[in-house]
Amino acid sequence: MRLVLRGITKRFGSVVANDSISLTVEPGEIHCLLGENGAGKSTLMNVLYGLYKADEGEIELDGVVQHFTGPGDAMAAGIGMVHQHFMLIPVFTVAENVMLGNESTGFAGNLDLDAARDRVTEISDRFGFAVRPEAVVEDLPVGVQQRVEIIKALSRDAELLVFDEPTAVLTPQETDELMDIMRQLKEAGKAIVFITHKLREVREVADRITVIRHGKVVGEADPQASNAELASMMVGRPVELVVQKAAPTLGEEAFVVKDLRVVDAAGHTQVDGISFTIRAGEVLAVAGVQGNGQTELTEAIMGLQDDTSGSITLDGIELVGKSVRKVLDSGVGFIPEDRQVDGLVPGFTIAENLMLNRSFRSPFVKNGALRIGALRAFAQQKLTEYDVRARDIDSLAANLSGGNQQKVVVARELSRDLRLLVAAQPTRGVDVGSIEFIHKQVVATRDSGIPVLVVSTELDEVVALADRIMVLYRGQIVGIVPADTPRETLGLMMTGERPTDLKDVAV
Amino acid sequence: MSTAIEQPTPDSGGLAPDTVVTPTRSAGTRKLPIILGVLTIALAIVLLRSGHSGKTRFQLAVDSDFVQLPDIVVPSGPTAWVMVVISLALTGESVRRMLAHLRQPIWIPIAFAIAWMSGFLSWAAADSRILVVSLLGGAVALAVPLVFGALGGVLGERAGVVNIAIEGQLLLGAFAAAIAASTTGSPWAGLIAAAVAGALVALVLGLFAITYFVDQVIVGVVLNVLVLGLTNFLFRQVLTPNADTLNSPDRFQRLPIPILGDIPLIGPILFRQTPLVYLLYIVVVVVAYALYRTRWGLRVRAVGEHPKAADTVGIKVNRTRYRTILLAGAIAGMGGAYYSLVSVSQFNREMTGGAGYIALAAVIFGKWDPIRATLAALLFGFATNLQGVLSAIGSPVPSQFMLMLPYLVTIFAVAGLVGRSRPPAADGVPYRQQ
Repeated sequence: MRLVLRGITKRFGSVVANDSISLTVEPGEIHCLLGENGAGKSTLMNVLYGLYKADEGEIELDGVVQHFTGPGDAMAAGIGMVHQHFMLIPVFTVAENVMLGNESTGFAGNLDLDAARDRVTEISDRFGFAVRPEAVVEDLPVGVQQRVEIIKALSRDAELLVFDEPTAVLTPQETDELMDIMRQLKEAGKAIVFITHKLREVREVADRITVIRHGKVVGEADPQASNAELASMMVGRPVELVVQKAAPTLGEEAFVVKDLRVVDAAGHTQVDGISFTIRAGEVLAVAGVQGNGQTELTEAIMGLQDDTSGSITLDGIELVGKSVRKVLDSGVGFIPEDRQVDGLVPGFTIAENLMLNRSFRSPFVKNGALRIGALRAFAQQKLTEYDVRARDIDSLAANLSGGNQQKVVVARELSRDLRLLVAAQPTRGVDVGSIEFIHKQVVATRDSGIPVLVVSTELDEVVALADRIMVLYRGQIVGIVPADTPRETLGLMMTGERPTDLKDVAV
Repeated sequence: MSTAIEQPTPDSGGLAPDTVVTPTRSAGTRKLPIILGVLTIALAIVLLRSGHSGKTRFQLAVDSDFVQLPDIVVPSGPTAWVMVVISLALTGESVRRMLAHLRQPIWIPIAFAIAWMSGFLSWAAADSRILVVSLLGGAVALAVPLVFGALGGVLGERAGVVNIAIEGQLLLGAFAAAIAASTTGSPWAGLIAAAVAGALVALVLGLFAITYFVDQVIVGVVLNVLVLGLTNFLFRQVLTPNADTLNSPDRFQRLPIPILGDIPLIGPILFRQTPLVYLLYIVVVVVAYALYRTRWGLRVRAVGEHPKAADTVGIKVNRTRYRTILLAGAIAGMGGAYYSLVSVSQFNREMTGGAGYIALAAVIFGKWDPIRATLAALLFGFATNLQGVLSAIGSPVPSQFMLMLPYLVTIFAVAGLVGRSRPPAADGVPYRQQ
C-alpha cells in the first residue's frame, strides 16, 4: 500500500506540532522518520492513525484521500500501529488482546475464542514469533508483548505498519530480532514507517530516511550517511556524540555496597545480595534491561525502600536505615529515573523546584520562613548556568520540555556539596542537545573527585559515561567489566549470560 | 571486615529464570489461620463465661413441605463445645498448611463457617428453636437489594466508573417503584420505573464523571445526598398528602416454583420467594456470562483496564462507559424496588438505610467479580437476618451488638481480610481524548 501525506499541519493551541509535513511511503520499503523527542514524529503518526485530527493537509492511501474520524477507520483502511507504550490490556490473554475491537462472535455476541487463538497461532507461526495465544500479556517479557502488538496489527490485515520508537524498551538482542521481523514484513510487501531517534538502528534497516525537526521536514538523508551527519541534521547544528573525558583520577573506595538485598512491597526480592564499590572520581555505570533491580538499587541508596538489608557506606558512614533526609544531608545527590514523578513537582515554579531538597534550613529557609530573595537569586543564577530554556524562574516545571525539566533536576542536585551522585536514567526522553550538556555535567562531577553511580538502560549512554560497567540481571550482578567491553558481550550479559572467559575488574 | 562477594549466578536466589515471578503471599496465607483462631477462641470464651444448659431445636422443614425433614434437637452446651473442637481442628489444619507453605483450600473457611455458626447458634438459641429455612431464606430475601446494588457496582467499575451512587440508585428506585406501582396498580410497572430511576441517577453520574471529568467519588456521594433530599422532600410534599393514590403499591407476592420449591431445605430457601428474587437469579447469571464470554463484556473490561488501548482498536471508550453505567444504574435501581414492593408496600423516607454502601463493600469484597460480589452480598444479607432472628428469639447477645454485625462484617471484609484484590486498572479514571 502506498501512503502519501500531503501538507499535514497540526496545532495544539499556539504550538505547531506538525508544520505542513509531506511524506511518501512505498510498499515493500522501510521508511525511517528520524527526529528528536518532541520533533513531532508521534504527533504525525497519531494524525495518520486517526487519534488526532489534522488542521490542514490530507492523507492518501493508494491514491484515495482518507477521512479518518478515529483509529477504527485507520485500521479498516489497512494501517497498523505498534505503539511506543503498548496498547495491550495487561490482564487479558494474547488471544483476547488480538481479537479486541475485531471480535468474531457466535450466537448472541458470544466470543469465538477458538477462532482468535487459531488466528494468533497462524500469524505467529508464519513469522516465527513463538507467541502462545493463551498467555496472559502481563506475564510476558516486553519483547514478546511487542510481537503481540505486531500480531494485532497483522490480524487486521494491515498493509502499512507504523513502529513508534519500538526499541526504547528492548534489549540489544530483542532489538536485533525486531529488525529481522521488520525486514521479513518488508519482504512480505508491507509498507513500514519506523519512528526513532536512535541513529544506529536507522542506518541498519532504513531504505529511506526523512528527518523531522521542530515539526518540519528538514530533508531526506541517505541511509549510508554517517552518525554525525544524521545527528547534525536532527539537531540542526553539529553535535558531539562522544563524551570527551580524560582518564579518571581515582581516589579511595568512597562508596561501598555489601550484600545489599531489597524486597519490594509485593514480596519480590528485587536486589539479591549485591556487593560493589565505587572509588572517588570514578563513574560506575549500571547496565541492564529495565526492571532488573536498578530502580530498587538507587532507591535503597536514597532510603526510599523499606525492606533493605545489607550495608551501604559512604565515606565510612552507614546509609542503610537512615531517613531520606539524613541520606541527602550526608551528601548524596539523586537524579531519579522519572523526573515527572520523583524529580519535580510539576505545579511548582522552577525556583521552588530548585529548593526542594533544602527546604529545612539555610540558605533558603530561616526561622521557618522562606528567604525568597536568596532563592530567587540562586534560581536566576542556575537558570543561566544550566541553560534552562524557560521564560523566567517563575515558570511552572510542568510547562518545560523534558530536556529543560531534567536540567532543573540536575542543577538542583549538583548545586549542593556532594559526596556521591546517583543518576538514574539521566537523559531519558531528553533531546540530543540536552543529553550532551547533562553528560558533560556528570563527567565534570566525576572529575571533581566524587564517586558517581549512573543507571541507564541505554547501552550508548552506559558506554559513553562509564569507567567501569556493572551488569544487573534479576537483581544480581552478572559481572563488573571494563568500559571498553564489546557491545555484543554486554548485550549477552544483559540477558543473564556470563561469558566464560569474562573477568571482573577490581577497582 | 570482609565478606565474600556472592558469586552472581543468575539461577541462584528466589527468582527462577523464564518463569513468571509469583509473589510470596506470606501475608495472605497467614491471615486465614489467624482469623479462624481468633473466632474459635472468642466462641470458647463466650461458652465458658455463660454456658447454657438446655436444648436447641433446629427446625429444617416448614409445614407445607412435601417431604417433612425431622427437627434436630441437640443439647446446647455440649453441641457448642463439639463445634468449638471442630473449629479448632480446622484452624489446626489451616495452621499446618501455612507452616508447610501450602495453599489454603476454599473448603476450610466454608467448613469452619458452618461449624462455628452451628456452635454459636446452639448456644445463642438454647431452650429455643432456630427456623433454619427462615434464617437462610430471609437472608436471601434481605440480600436482594444488596446483590442488585453490587452487580450495578461491579458493572460500573469494570467499565472504569466508580459507582458510589448505588445508594442513590436504590433509593430513587424504591421511590419510583412505589409511585409507578400505585398509579398503574402493577408491581411490574413499578419494577420498570425503578430501573429507569436507577439509570437516571447513573446518567447524571456519567454526565459529570465521564463527560466533565469530575471526581467520581465526589459526584457519587453528592448524588446520594441529592437523592436523599429529593425523595424526603417529595415524600413529605407529594406522597404523604396523596398516600392513597401515590404511595400504596401492590406488593410482589411470593410465587413458589413447582417441583423446585418442593426440594427439602433448598426449595423453601431459594424457590419460594417473590418474582424479584427469581429475576435476581437470572440477572446474576446473565451479567456474569456477558461480562466474561461476550464481545460486549470483553469491551467493557478493556475500557475499564486500559481505555487508551481500547480506543486505538476502534472502541468508543466513553460511549461504552455510558452504556455500561446506564445498565448498571438500571440493575441497581431494580434492587430499590425491593424496599417498596417486597419489604413493605409503601415508600418511606430514607428506607434504604445505607444498603448502597454495603453493596459497594460487596463489590470490593467480591473482587469486582459478579459471582463473588453476589456471594459477598449474600453474606451481608445473612448477617442482617441473623441479627433479626436472634433478637426475635431473645438470645443472650445484646441486640445493640447484633445491630452492629452486618457493618462489622463489612469493615473486616473491606479491610482486606479476603486477600489481595485488584481493582480494574482504570477504575475511577476519566478518559480524555486528545
